[in-house]
This record gives sequence, structure tokens and C-alpha cells, in this order.
Amino acid sequence: MSAKELILADLDGDRTWRLQEYIKRGGYEALKKVVSGQMSADDIIAEVKKSALRGRGGAGFPTGLKWSFMPRSFPGDKYLACNSDEGEPGTFKDRDILRYNPHTVIEGMTIAAYAMGCVRGYNYIHGEIFATYQRFEEALAEAREAGLLGQNILGSEFSFDLFAHHGYGAYICGEETALLESIEGKKGQPRFKPPFPASYGLYGKPTTINNTETFASIPFIIRDGGETFLNYGKPNNGGTKIFSISGHVNRPGNYEIEMGTPFAELLEMAGGMRGGRKIKGVIPGGSSAPVLPGDVMMDCTMDYDSISKAGSMLGSGAVIVMDESTCMVKALERLSFFYFEESCGQCTPCREGTGWLYRVVHRIEHGQGRQDDLDLLNSVTTNIMGRTICALGDAASMPVQSFVKHFGDEFQYHIDNKKCLVPPEVQYEGSKIYVSPSC
Amino acid sequence: MEAERNMLSQESLSRIDRELEKYPGDQKKSATMSALRIAQEELGWLSNETIAFVADYLGLTDIEVFEVASFYNMYELAPVGRHKITVCTNLPCALSGGVHAAEYVKQKLGIDFNETTPDGKFTLKEGECMGACGDAPVLLVNNHHMCSWMTPEKIDQMLADLDK
Ligand SMILES: Cc1cc2nc3c(=O)[nH]c(=O)nc-3n(C[C@H](O)[C@H](O)[C@H](O)COP(=O)(O)O)c2cc1C
Ligand code: SF4
Ligand code: FES
Repeated sequence: MSAKELILADLDGDRTWRLQEYIKRGGYEALKKVVSGQMSADDIIAEVKKSALRGRGGAGFPTGLKWSFMPRSFPGDKYLACNSDEGEPGTFKDRDILRYNPHTVIEGMTIAAYAMGCVRGYNYIHGEIFATYQRFEEALAEAREAGLLGQNILGSEFSFDLFAHHGYGAYICGEETALLESIEGKKGQPRFKPPFPASYGLYGKPTTINNTETFASIPFIIRDGGETFLNYGKPNNGGTKIFSISGHVNRPGNYEIEMGTPFAELLEMAGGMRGGRKIKGVIPGGSSAPVLPGDVMMDCTMDYDSISKAGSMLGSGAVIVMDESTCMVKALERLSFFYFEESCGQCTPCREGTGWLYRVVHRIEHGQGRQDDLDLLNSVTTNIMGRTICALGDAASMPVQSFVKHFGDEFQYHIDNKKCLVPPEVQYEGSKIYVSPSC
Repeated sequence: MEAERNMLSQESLSRIDRELEKYPGDQKKSATMSALRIAQEELGWLSNETIAFVADYLGLTDIEVFEVASFYNMYELAPVGRHKITVCTNLPCALSGGVHAAEYVKQKLGIDFNETTPDGKFTLKEGECMGACGDAPVLLVNNHHMCSWMTPEKIDQMLADLDK
């Protein structure tokens, strides 16, 4: 087994999230090392680059490189934002990080702020996880009280303030510029890029945005070295990664493993396939990632390179497993509804296109598909992709293209026979209420 | 003016004040989302008058605040029942019974999504991913209380507790 937990190790949920427990685990040692002057801002960025840490929010952009884009000698305030808006269907790791190990995020952000000269940061927390937001607020209060946040951190010259901002139900606010608009108290509508947030971000000031898990990886990298972190993974894919597994497995949940672990091993950790049924398809990186046939997935290892070679994306590390009882048309119908519902509406191709995609998949599922509908679906996606302000347009299109590509026969069967290939009673059995025995 | 001053309790107003402290002094607008949340917690939903009050309190125009209230899904712009139940039916949850759990609640309450029981106690909504798919079926009570691994028995219990 390649379970190696750097972020979620030894945590019980009730007590171990507290500051004193975190300190016992070696917490805030990295911050001490930094503010005591043992490491300069350049050293920190160099160490993060060495670790090959890539953003855990979905795009996988190298974190050290992103940090080096922040202007050094900008005269005014600079900001930092943590993206805990986790709303991508299938993703539920950031909530566990925040409720089990919130201080690792606070420490990671504070080190990042030191490296980039940020005076203030916000953690944007998904609306639906109010209890987690409250806990994070409590953790912030603990850190402030202990002199780990605020003016002259640990007696040094360095000051940094950090606050939590609570979202209220809009998937699009996970897009980094929509998130900034939302912190500014506006509708969460993505901005045109350029300018990029590193030059024009929150309140028009240089800003860096990273995912919760990205920040949570920083204390380890600074304390134990970038190379140690890198060696847990493989070249270009440093470290451990938390995978959220949902769907037709016996033990859905979060599993932190070394990058490059075979998917088959991860599946085994999650208790294998439910009811012994056969694996049909897997969405390996959150609902926006292309679906892969089960057998293709069984040959993949869990890292950016392997999944991308197989034709999908590691994305946020949300692995949605579907067995043979799944109707792939119905599965896509639900996802397409989601993107239609969550489009912010400011670009015509996305606003209109997501509606088209949903309506066409809906009619195929409901026995009213037309012979040219599969071509229509493909043509709508090509008219959306690359023509929108943000990546939600692409996120809505990739599932459609991949479902049609890999499970086209099933779509065609619906169109020809006006019913599902998978009998209703089989579907019912597969999607009935399931509560894992470990809960 | 008197009515406006009384629209939110002193407690809610001090909570809003604490939220304002999180943002730079010239960025009061940033507290719009939390001010609306706090107002909705107290009043149950956001009427035009409440929105105008929040706008006034933060020194913003009504339309600026209305835009926010209408953009985010968890704000209610029309009255809802005493308890709002939102069930996640997105794909990952659906694979582990999210849709069936929603069906069960519908049947128990005798209402469909976006309806309120005649006694005004419950409103049912269909939700999108709550970032808790490993705990499916998942539902939210009144936006802030998440219930995980919901079986029919647990749903019965929950509804009975809320009905008290
Ligand atoms: C529609 C959409 C939704 C997104 N949702 C999230 C999210 O919930 N969490 C997240 O960290 N990144 C999300 N992202 C990616 C962010 O825009 C951004 O790339 C990321 O937060 C950067 O952090 P990282 O480099 O540490 O991954 C989303 C992007 C898009 C286009
Ligand atoms: S692509 Fe869609 S979600 Fe993104 S900005 Fe355009 S309309 Fe909004
Ligand atoms: S799909 Fe229901 S919580 Fe994610």
C-alpha cells in the first residue's frame, strides 16, 4: 500500500485539529524557520519549486512558478487568497483538511504571504459547509492569540492578517477571479484575463490564489525540504495527494497517497467495487474531467502525467467510480444540468450552450433523441470551447465529448430504442441508498 | 426610519460589525454576503425591505445588494417554510442514493422540490454538490446544518426532531 499521509495523518476530528495538538505534530516549526530569518523569500520559492508541487485546485499549475509571478517591489498592499470553495462534484477533500487540520492551511498561507510579501489573506470557504467555516474561524482565533498571525508574528518584523470569507452557494466562485469578485462583495462573475491576479487581483492589488490542499502541503515542504516531498511522488508530480473517491465503491472517502500509486491500489483501499459489480467508467478528476472507460482507468497510475496520457485530467483528484448498473446517459444528464444551472451567464456560448447540452442529453435520456443528436452535441461543445471568459465552458463540454466518445453506443441505443440499455431494476439496485459499513 | 432601525436585532448588527472588521476600511461592500446571511438567519428570507436595510447599513445602493442576494443560491428572495431542507442529487451523491433519499423526503412531506408544506413547516429544495459526496446521501437543514449518510430511518428521525 502506498498510503502516506502528510496532511491527514493521525487525525480524529474532535480534538486533534486544535493548535496545541498541531504543535505537537511539529506544526508551526516551518513558520518559525521562516520568520526567524533562516530562509529568505527566495529560498522559500526555490524550495517550493524543488518540491514539484502542482496546484491541487484542478489546473495543476506549478505552485513555485505561480508564486514567482508576484511583483517584488510593488509599492502597495498585496493579497493572498485560499480557494476552499470546493464545489466541483466529486471533490470533498478541502473540507476534511479544514476540519481535521486547519492550522496546516493557516501555516501554509502565512509562509506563502512571507514569501510573496502579502499583508492580508482570505480563505474563501464553500457556502454549504458552515460548521467547517466556524471551525476555521476558531482556529484563526487560536493562531492570533498565540502570536502566529497578526502584527509581528512570533516577535519578528513580519505581519500578516488572515480572515475567512463564507461563500453562499455558487459553484462559479471556485474560479479564481470570480472568487475575488465575491470577496469584494459582488456577483461571482469571472473577469477577463489578462490582467492576471498577480498584477490586478483583489481590490485591484497583486494577489495569489491557491487551493486549500496546495497551502496545506507547504509546511511539510519548508520543514522537511522540497526534495523529501518530491520523493513521495514522482518527477514532475511531487508529493502525496488526497483523492476523494465517491460512487460505486465500498468505502467512499478521502485517501491520501503518494502520487503515482496505481489506480487499482486506490480502488482496493476504497474497499473495491460495491456488490462485486463490474467497473464501467471513472471520472478521475472531478466532474469537469473527461470520463474514462473502467479498463483504461485500471491501467493508470494516479498522477497528472498518467491520467493525461489516458485522455483525461487529474483535476482536483475527485475520482467518481461508476459500475455496470449506471446509465451513462442519465449520468451525463445530471452533470449537464449542473453546468447549465451554474453558468454565470455572462458569455453567450456558455449561457446558451450549456442549456443546449442539457436539453439534448435530457431528450435522449427521455426517449426523444433524434438521429443527429450526437453530432449536435459535439458541434455545440466545439462552439463553446475556447470561446468563453472562464473555463466553465470547457468544463461543461469535456464531459459531454468524452461520454459520447466512450459510451456512444449507449447513447445511440437510447435514440434507436427510446429506452436505457441498462434495465431500470439494475439501475435502481445500483443507485439505492448506500451507507458504507465504516461510517 | 424607525422601522428600518429595528429591522435587525442588536445582536445581528454586532455580528455584521464583526464581519466588517475583516475587510479594509474602504471596502465595506465585502461584508455584503455575510450581512445578508446574518439577516436571513434572523428573518428567514430576504425581502426588498431587508435588502434595502442592509444596503443602507453598509452604505451601498439597493441594487448592489440585490445583485448579490439574487446571484447566490443559498439566499431566499421569497418566504420559505420554517425549515428548509436541501438534498444533494448531483451525480456522485446520486450513485449512492441521493435521488432516492430526495424521493423519500418528498413522499414523507407530500411535496415536490421548491414547494412548502401547507402548514408552513418545511420547504424542500434540490441542491448541487455540497463538497461532501463521500457522505452521501447528504442534505442541508436551513443552509447551515449538514446531515450525512441519510437513510430512511435517519430522515424520519430528523423530520421528527425538526417538527418538535
Ligand atoms: C468553474 C471553475 C471552478 C473551479 N472551482 C475550484 C474550486 O472549487 N477549488 C479550487 O481550488 N479551484 C477551483 N478552480 C480552479 C481555480 O480557478 C484556480 O485555478 C485554483 O484555485 C488555483 O489554485 P492551485 O494553483 O493551488 O490549484 C475552478 C476553476 C473553474 C474554471
Ligand atoms: S464561461 Fe460561463 S461561467 Fe465562465 S464567465 Fe462565461 S458564462 Fe460565466
Ligand atoms: S455530489 Fe452531493 S455532496 Fe457532492
